[in-house]
Amino acid sequence: MTKYRISKTKFVDQTKTVSFTFDGKLYHGYEGDTLASALLSNGIHLVGRSFKYHRPRGIMSCGSEEPNAICQINDNTNLTEPNVRATEIELYEGLKASSQNCWPSLNFDVGGINNFISPFIPAGFYYKTFMWPKSFWKKVYEPLIRMSAGLGKSPTVPDPDIYDHKHEHCDVLVIGGGISGIISAKIAAKNNLKTILIDDKNVLGGSTIYQNNKNFLIDNKKSSEWLLNEISELEKIDNLTIKTRTSLAAYHSYNYLLAKENISDHLPLNKKNDSIRQRLWKIRSNKVIVATGAIERPLVFNNNDRPGIILANSVKKYLDFYGVSSGLKNIIFTNNDSAYETALSLFEKGISVKIIDIRKKSTSNIVKNAEELGIQIFWNSTVVNTIGYRKVNSVEIMDLSEDGSNVTGNIKKIECDCLAISGGWTPMVHMHTQSGGKLDFREIDQVFVPNEKNENQINVGSCNGDFELEEIIKNTNNKIKKFLNVNETDFDKLSVLGSKEFEKKNIWLLPNTISEGKTKSFIDFQNDSTAKDIKLALREGFKSIEHVKRYTTTGMATDQGKLSNMHALGIIADTAGVKMGALGTTTFRPPFTPLTFGALVGRNVGKFFEVIRKTPIHEWHIKHNAKFENVGQWKRAWYYPLNDENLHEAVQRESKAARDSAGILDASTLGKIDIQGTDASEFLNRVYTNAWSKLGIGKCRYGLMLNEDGMVYDDGVTTRLGENHYLMTTTTGGAANVLSKLEDYLQTEWPELDVYLTSVTDHYSTASICGPNSKKILKKLFPDKDFSDEAFPHMSYQSAKIDNAECRIMRISFTGELSYEINIESKYGKSLWESCIIAGEEYKITPYGTETMHLLRAEKGFIIVGQDTDGTMTPIDLQMDWIVSKKKYDFIGKRSLYRSDTIREDRKQLVGLLTDNPNEILEEGAQIVSELGKKPVEMIGHVTSSYFSPNLNKSIALAVVKGGKKMKGQKLFVPMESKNINVTVSDFIFLDKENKRINA
Amino acid sequence: MFIINCPYCGERDQSEFSCGGEAHIVRPKQPTELSDDEWAEYLFMRKNIKGVQFERWNHAHGCRKWFNMVRDTSNDKIHAVYKMGEKPPVI
Repeated sequence: MTKYRISKTKFVDQTKTVSFTFDGKLYHGYEGDTLASALLSNGIHLVGRSFKYHRPRGIMSCGSEEPNAICQINDNTNLTEPNVRATEIELYEGLKASSQNCWPSLNFDVGGINNFISPFIPAGFYYKTFMWPKSFWKKVYEPLIRMSAGLGKSPTVPDPDIYDHKHEHCDVLVIGGGISGIISAKIAAKNNLKTILIDDKNVLGGSTIYQNNKNFLIDNKKSSEWLLNEISELEKIDNLTIKTRTSLAAYHSYNYLLAKENISDHLPLNKKNDSIRQRLWKIRSNKVIVATGAIERPLVFNNNDRPGIILANSVKKYLDFYGVSSGLKNIIFTNNDSAYETALSLFEKGISVKIIDIRKKSTSNIVKNAEELGIQIFWNSTVVNTIGYRKVNSVEIMDLSEDGSNVTGNIKKIECDCLAISGGWTPMVHMHTQSGGKLDFREIDQVFVPNEKNENQINVGSCNGDFELEEIIKNTNNKIKKFLNVNETDFDKLSVLGSKEFEKKNIWLLPNTISEGKTKSFIDFQNDSTAKDIKLALREGFKSIEHVKRYTTTGMATDQGKLSNMHALGIIADTAGVKMGALGTTTFRPPFTPLTFGALVGRNVGKFFEVIRKTPIHEWHIKHNAKFENVGQWKRAWYYPLNDENLHEAVQRESKAARDSAGILDASTLGKIDIQGTDASEFLNRVYTNAWSKLGIGKCRYGLMLNEDGMVYDDGVTTRLGENHYLMTTTTGGAANVLSKLEDYLQTEWPELDVYLTSVTDHYSTASICGPNSKKILKKLFPDKDFSDEAFPHMSYQSAKIDNAECRIMRISFTGELSYEINIESKYGKSLWESCIIAGEEYKITPYGTETMHLLRAEKGFIIVGQDTDGTMTPIDLQMDWIVSKKKYDFIGKRSLYRSDTIREDRKQLVGLLTDNPNEILEEGAQIVSELGKKPVEMIGHVTSSYFSPNLNKSIALAVVKGGKKMKGQKLFVPMESKNINVTVSDFIFLDKENKRINA
Repeated sequence: MFIINCPYCGERDQSEFSCGGEAHIVRPKQPTELSDDEWAEYLFMRKNIKGVQFERWNHAHGCRKWFNMVRDTSNDKIHAVYKMGEKPPVI
């Protein structure tokens, strides 16, 4: 045992030594230790440097509220993690921890200079300083801020760990396994309710489990012993699930909660194996019992941040739970009775302890007990300064004036190596407020307590403002009985002995002889904001707590102000002369403690990140060296390089082949909606801009769909399969949205229409064959079929069979070439495709991908919705007036086409662009200007599609340009980083304007 | 995350649904007879109330049916759920 490991406890197994390193040095602790308790047992308090002033900081607490002891663990490995609280890391063999925010080392940190220049870096320093000169921002300020920003180091390689998600449903969820949580869980489970009890620690029982003080007895037993017995009974109940090492992250409405379970974080490196690291539980519970306890408050006085200054109850936990004494010469500095429990624990183990109390007296049992034992108590006193750079070695105290607003008398100096502070308790109301609950302010002990209005949620124990043992047990029992509608419990007749606190006193900012401008009285330890900063913010006119928070950064560190928020509020209230209750609190947002990204994403990483949709022909594409592009969730063949062709070379070859002989495209991804019903024609009339009633059976028609605001939404060819039967195709990416939009109109605006919509996208596989030889290939595939223009004209459909499998052949064209689309049931898709390739062999049929498809359609001036349109283009802007019916009384978006804004002549309109140098290819998205040299530059449009056309042997582009319709022949400029490209506005149909090729 | 009682399927998690904005805005029967202002009123103007609001919801990852819902936007309490075409309840 080290000199600070004072005693044995049942929570730390001193037969099992665990070795670990901190800042490279080897230390030992025991199984059951946290990193913090192991460090303290080795006499180490200094564990980090503060964020702004780089002041030495020590371990301050024993839980999730820890602001100082945050470490980088397993640095320089793929398991590294920054900003982990040493108080929450369970020690394991091989753990490597290091301090953060110091350079070159923790003991000598260059940034420490900030402490001495601190008068020049007050609150809002960044906002005030880095404003000017403007030219300094990019080269000087930003790199400087970036270097000093942040605490730990982000991992640079992928996380090798496995994370998991799981859904859980229960009748009652109890959050927190302290005494009130255990009472609640037992009542719930014993009354046949499916109950889950979660606690973030590895051992249940909260602070009662190590409460051995004889002033607190339950059933005449030490409260720790009584609770231990309760816990062992709890473990026998079948319908109760206990989850330790599980912390609640978020509490959403309708009792939907997220909790993170640590599964292998505490295991030695060589035993983690392939175990899941953390699991995120998604819990839906009928009723929720919040028993999250309270956090001890620090006190705010000059130099209250030195290593060796620890919250009093944490000193007690290190002693009674871990057997570690934080110091050998302890001073307790308190404003309440609870810290006397710490004093008694220390005294009992023969460790030196003195008490400084800001109150004039206290008449409670526990204080009398301390006085009887002869523990020295300095009443009505306050600490005015602490001394010791890397660890506190003495404190200076003075008497308080009558009203507590000032100090009097002489300074007394007392030596110590640990200063245990207690400013009272703050109920952890985070869960209650996250769920939408409001708070009430209780004047007597200055706490915010839950204002309970939710019938399916209740707060018990100290998170509800019950701090004393008797009231915790009595109130919890009574509230739970009512909440769960239970008549009788095991706890109705419990005898409880406690110590009642009668004298209460609180001073948010303790007085000093020196002005507060010259003191360092920390409120937010992690973000280094002081009482002075808060007051400065108020002087500068900030009034709202939300503004003061952001200006001073109080409460904005990784601990989310668990220790600091109440003091900030209190000092604002005192300074501004308002009531604290009227100020309200800042918003508590999830997560309660930081969550790993791994826990949030769970298994949805790598290939499971997003759903992948593949066409039935996918394997063929892979075998033929296709490169793929993502279109929505689909993987589409992008191009098929031969040998070592690049994208450009492959596309030039594919495009030429499609126009010179034959090309084949996998068009299976196009959205397909089957439309049936007696009103199907009328329905199409209403959703498309053109007329559909007269479309003959077996004919196809191109349709344009608008939003109600008149903007182009989707397009595609629809085929009339029968009197009351149509097959609509949509864009690949728009399929799901189009279906949902059509369903919306059908169900809500036109329920009288007899129409049924079914998505059949995945049911059919589509091979699209185009080019002058396509007809010959089709004839080979379907020898019985008459493919003459008379029997099977452009824009028509016929069914046919191949090897007894039914096909739908549409003669439609998106390339401008003679073209057929063959649809077949998906299961035959690959086989049909292969037949097409064999039949096309003699014509050198060339598979082409989406890139070539884009090029071919651009040569013909066909738009792609979403590439040439962006939700601000009407059909008129696209020069597609021909497709907008003048006769139809109404269709979706019609009225919007003649709003004052949509009839403006200077709207962006679709045009073609030709570069003066035919070999120069414009960049898609490039801006277009009409004048060079003029400032400010007016952007009159942008390039939407751009390619080098092998069939025209020149560069072509589509663009949208303000007033472009009337600009044909006009010279414009496309300014690029290196030069300006001269372009001429042209017609947007570049090839075969007469449409000769579709009948070639 | 609410639990929504779909009038066709029963209680389901909110993640199965999508919200379609304010309810009971009827598409004008004769849009061509409306002035720009009247059409804009239908097209763009929404109340976006803090408090009790009538909304359209779609059981998008379920039965795909649209229905109406009365929700208090300040606390997400759902007061009523009813089918399209049914009369809105008095809240």
